[in-house]
Amino acid sequence: MTGLGWVWWGWNVFGDLRTMLQYEFIRNAFAAGTVIAVLGGVVSYLVVLRRSSFASHAIGHIGFSGAAGAVLFSVNPLYGLLLFTTVSGGGMALLGERASHRDVEIGTVLAFTLGLGLLFLSFYRGYATEAYSILFGEIVGISSAQVVFTWETAIPVLAVLAFVYRPLLFASLDPEVAEAKGMPTLALGVVFMLALAVAISVAVTIIGVLLIFALTVTPAAIAIRLAKRPLHAILISVAVAVLATWAGIFIAFYEVEPVSFFIVTIIFATYLVVRLVPSGSRLASRLRSSTTE
Amino acid sequence: MLSDVAWADHLEVRYGNHPVWSDANFRIRRGEFVAIIGPNGAGKTTLFRVLLGLIRPSGGRVEVLGGPPRRGNPRIGYVPQSHEVDKDTTVEAEQLVRLGFSGNRWVPNVTPRQFRAEREAAETALRSVGATELARKALGEMSGGELQRIFLAEALAGQPEILLLDEPLSSLDLRRATEFVALVHSLVRSREVATLLVSHDINPLIHHLDKVVYLANGRVATGPPREVLTSERLTELYGAPVEVLRDSRGNLVIVGGEDSHQDEAA
Repeated sequence: MTGLGWVWWGWNVFGDLRTMLQYEFIRNAFAAGTVIAVLGGVVSYLVVLRRSSFASHAIGHIGFSGAAGAVLFSVNPLYGLLLFTTVSGGGMALLGERASHRDVEIGTVLAFTLGLGLLFLSFYRGYATEAYSILFGEIVGISSAQVVFTWETAIPVLAVLAFVYRPLLFASLDPEVAEAKGMPTLALGVVFMLALAVAISVAVTIIGVLLIFALTVTPAAIAIRLAKRPLHAILISVAVAVLATWAGIFIAFYEVEPVSFFIVTIIFATYLVVRLVPSGSRLASRLRSSTTE
Repeated sequence: MLSDVAWADHLEVRYGNHPVWSDANFRIRRGEFVAIIGPNGAGKTTLFRVLLGLIRPSGGRVEVLGGPPRRGNPRIGYVPQSHEVDKDTTVEAEQLVRLGFSGNRWVPNVTPRQFRAEREAAETALRSVGATELARKALGEMSGGELQRIFLAEALAGQPEILLLDEPLSSLDLRRATEFVALVHSLVRSREVATLLVSHDINPLIHHLDKVVYLANGRVATGPPREVLTSERLTELYGAPVEVLRDSRGNLVIVGGEDSHQDEAA
């Protein structure tokens, strides 16, 4: 939830890192954060390609109710998250076409489930801390068992995505031709939404429901401005997500502010740079051409 | 017949109780360039969907590449109507063409040989449509004419024996449309790929065609352009007086029928 602020900044980064890694909760944070960021980076490319960012946003918030419900029944919130996100994600995919174009339906369901989440919270006495960590993430509080669970969830999803990678890319980029070529575009849509649901559920542990965009949309939004090939874009997207997560955990060791704040800020700053730099150079060339005219 | 890549015999298609067209008879031979012509709503795209195995005909017989139409036949290349890509996409053209070659394969590329085969198929397809210089250009930044050539390359990358192009000319001005038809014609000849091209305007195509399938009024007329595009045949097809006029360059104006307004444009 909040950073640690135990240690003063020093020049010896590697020495500090060694000190840091002596703490189990820091090791856990790095271990879980890494695999979550890898999955987020991969999935975010497909989110951007399929224009499903609203669906991604909605699934995260719907997951909030699942987590709140799980807390109420003293179950690990991650299970509640997984249940609500996979059911809602699968449902959106089965609505057909591209779920991202179903904004009204998604929004309607979203409002209802958020109300449900509120109800769950009102039943629960100690809700403030729990709700806070679901909304904003709490990577430094993650247990070893949760780390193992995160890996066990994320790795199979990555394996499935690797297997369906090309047909899914085809169905995302050119759905009509892919369908005519006999690709099961609806089933591929379901696979994608389920992968997104899992990615969101595990990412909530790092950055929380409200900041989910930063790991499931923005890394790829950065990457597609730097690479024109899907594989390169995915690698950049993963690199952005992983480095931001590592840096966020690292900085939070020194500062009292929350880890999620640092992760989100690093990703946003990177986004600003790639957005502004090329358009700046384009503006410059336009100015040049207008003066020569 | 052995050289037929597709044929239909008294073929009929209905949507619910409403017949789209009936009694369609045609034979498409290997390496033939065929135009599917007719007014809007005549069922031109429907014919494609039958050949692609996406619609089941309600009567008659049809065969494609020696068997009944089946969905996902890799020997058919297809460019859908009003085909577009996301304007924001930064994916480069060659990547889409590669998917035309291997997008329907589940197992990911592993060996260098697989990557090379995919790259070479895409490069060959791009070269054959004269779009080598567009390989690295983002799809979202392309003009209508450039995109049509990339879609054509995507369809060709799978080495099809039949090419179905649905209204590829609708997004092009007359000059680009004429260039595109000349390109398709040269591909039909060099690759011996039978090509069916849907258009509501015959004129950009008129000098290149081997055959016309003319749909109107729920009926279908098939044959060489010279035989089909006559006042007598079209009057019979529409069941109303239609006159086919020819200008000095061989362009046609079809007066009467439901589509007289469309063919005036060119």
